[in-house]
Amino acid sequence: MIKQLLPSLALTIVLTLLLGLAYPFAVTGAAQALFPRQAHGSLIEKDGRVIGSELIAQGFAKPEYFHPRPSATTAPDPADPAKTIPTPYNAANSGGSNAAPTSKAYVESVRTLVEQVEAENPESARNGPVPVDMVTASGSGLDPDISPEAAEFQVPRVAKARGVSEEALRALVTDRTRPRTFGILGEATVNVLALNLALDARFPVRR
Amino acid sequence: MTAAGILQILLFCAAVTAGAIPLGAYMARVYSGERTWLSPLLRPVERAIYKICFIRPETEQHWTAYAFALLAFNLVGLLVLYAVMRVQAFLPFDPAGQSAVAPDLAWNTAVSFATNTNWQNYAGESTLSYLTQMVGMTVHNFTSAATGMAVLVALIRGFTRRQARTVGNFYVDAVRSIIHILLPASALMALFLVWQGVPQNLDAYTAATTLEGATQVIAQGPVASQEAIKMLGTNGGGFFNANSAHPFENPTAFSNFVEMAAILLIPAGLVFSFGRMVADTRQGRALFLAMGILLVAGIAVCYQAEAVGNPALSRLGLDVTAGDNAPGGNMEGKEVRFGIANSALWATATTAASNGSVNSMLDSYTPIGGMVPMVNMMLGEVVFGGTGSGLHGMIVFVILAVFIAGLMVGRTPEYLGKKIEAREVKLAVLCILIFPLAILSLGGLSMVLPAGLAGMSAPGPHGLSEVLYAFTSAAANNGSAFAGLSGNTPYYNSTLGVAMLIGRFLVIVPTLAIAGSLAAKKIVPPSAGTFPTHGGLFVGLLIAVILVVGGLTFFPVLALGPIVEHLLLAAGTLF
Repeated sequence: MIKQLLPSLALTIVLTLLLGLAYPFAVTGAAQALFPRQAHGSLIEKDGRVIGSELIAQGFAKPEYFHPRPSATTAPDPADPAKTIPTPYNAANSGGSNAAPTSKAYVESVRTLVEQVEAENPESARNGPVPVDMVTASGSGLDPDISPEAAEFQVPRVAKARGVSEEALRALVTDRTRPRTFGILGEATVNVLALNLALDARFPVRR
Repeated sequence: MTAAGILQILLFCAAVTAGAIPLGAYMARVYSGERTWLSPLLRPVERAIYKICFIRPETEQHWTAYAFALLAFNLVGLLVLYAVMRVQAFLPFDPAGQSAVAPDLAWNTAVSFATNTNWQNYAGESTLSYLTQMVGMTVHNFTSAATGMAVLVALIRGFTRRQARTVGNFYVDAVRSIIHILLPASALMALFLVWQGVPQNLDAYTAATTLEGATQVIAQGPVASQEAIKMLGTNGGGFFNANSAHPFENPTAFSNFVEMAAILLIPAGLVFSFGRMVADTRQGRALFLAMGILLVAGIAVCYQAEAVGNPALSRLGLDVTAGDNAPGGNMEGKEVRFGIANSALWATATTAASNGSVNSMLDSYTPIGGMVPMVNMMLGEVVFGGTGSGLHGMIVFVILAVFIAGLMVGRTPEYLGKKIEAREVKLAVLCILIFPLAILSLGGLSMVLPAGLAGMSAPGPHGLSEVLYAFTSAAANNGSAFAGLSGNTPYYNSTLGVAMLIGRFLVIVPTLAIAGSLAAKKIVPPSAGTFPTHGGLFVGLLIAVILVVGGLTFFPVLALGPIVEHLLLAAGTLF
């Protein structure tokens, strides 16, 4: 019995050192030497301050910015830590809505979102239906991308708010659209933060 | 469904097959103790480990000693993991200042990682310190995968040895799995993932000031090193709460493709290893074909259901058509970069294998789309399945299939030259029955106890689906969830932990008993009356046995959950 337990104990210790410390530290060293930007979270700095990560959605509500997908992330309620409160784009507690497809409350919440998006984008709403990704929460709550259709839907609003022509804005969106990887994998995407940074650089808001 | 989506699915199947064949050959050499091209580098490491750990690699074990060593090793690991979580606040590498994990949650999580389930009742980035993620989660991702692989190798030896008392040495099989297969593959994959954008650091969580002036705290950590083994070892426990839907775990369509392939690569490769080790590659091909057919059928159903989307949303006048510029379909809980095809493909692959990671939130799938992962697990996760555990589960079904074939023609059944007799069939049936017993009894209990009912977030039949999914996932050691269920309660933490232990070790021990019993038998040469187990007829019979056993057991409860939900949703009923 003891003879059997001894290798188990020893092996657990050795493997913990090898796989739990040596392996992650070695990968950390290699990663930071080879791909330092990605290894530190693809952070974006502006004027010496971190403004976010290229890979993590952040909230945009102003009309002059493109808006990301809805986020269902939460945080503990300050009043009662056992409960959670909605805290969109919380990059320290990712998650989706986990709403059931047959939930009345869920379908009503989507209806509210559709009405809100239509009210924000009256011109586009007159021309066609709202793309589904604009009114559904992403799985992580931190989806940095929207579909090209969702970007196109917002073009008239952003153009108006910035006082630029829709054609010029559309050209920027097209330029910032990432097609499927190798022309086949995944879906075409538009990174909202990158697009909004490009907007600020190219068409600053006149105040 | 779009042409681009279907093309990606075909490409995925081709990539897994193309990778599994050479990997299978490599793994067969590793387990047979032959030289490989990595031997000069890795053999010395392997030998050093034996030396330090009092392991005598040349000593073979009887199946009971093999099982005892396995249980002892897993018990020690489980206790260490529990302890680390309880005291993490006093240990280094904790920049986010995580406090001790609550006892019931620590129990659930320790069992979960020791059994290769990796169910997440915790949210990684708000519960676990970096040290716990590394010495706890990452280590168990390796060891629990290696445990499954060892059991499989012992079972294969049961077929290849004649009149032998022993089935191998557990420690040797486990160490070889880690040193020669899992560790080099993980290191390579981790660097690939960092290149794609997965973080790998020990930095504090970053406070960013967003363009609109809000503060956003961005969780960081040694993600890539854990992500790699999470996929390769069919573990599935995410560094972050959102698992592989999180852009830091799975940043691009390319990383997604590689992660998905990594889920199935080792389980599929082991099927080819099996063929080589029993010196009849046709046997491996037949099992691969049976698994492949079941996998593709699952993908097709799931993809179709999700592409059509939620009729309740279509009625709101949304644009759910898919095209080159829009993912369309049911996008609730899904990421734009993956779209519908890659989400459905992932959901199917991850539950076919016992991975349990998610790149989209299964609770928000349409009823039929969400039923596919559930059915995959209910079939016992034998469609490629977990590293090792999938194929040893499949071989149990093979034993049942040849037994049924034997009954039909009135001959003693045999497989690979071994006579399958009453003892093996009884043990095989035990392996198969223990699983629905755990799911249906604990699930049924939760439907009558207030503590069980309190966990459901969804009203109507979807609530039943949430609970059913949880116990299925736990007993199958999968770990994916209909995550709307409030599982982090003393009731669910403890009962799900029990289901995981039953689903893991009460299957492993009878499987090792089968291995021991088979190893002791003679090998009889095939005769004219031998039922060939490499042809289309056998593949068909095997699939039928799997579907009938799984289907008959679980159809009643599926009818009350996802099936009735689907019919009501189509009729416009909401809850």
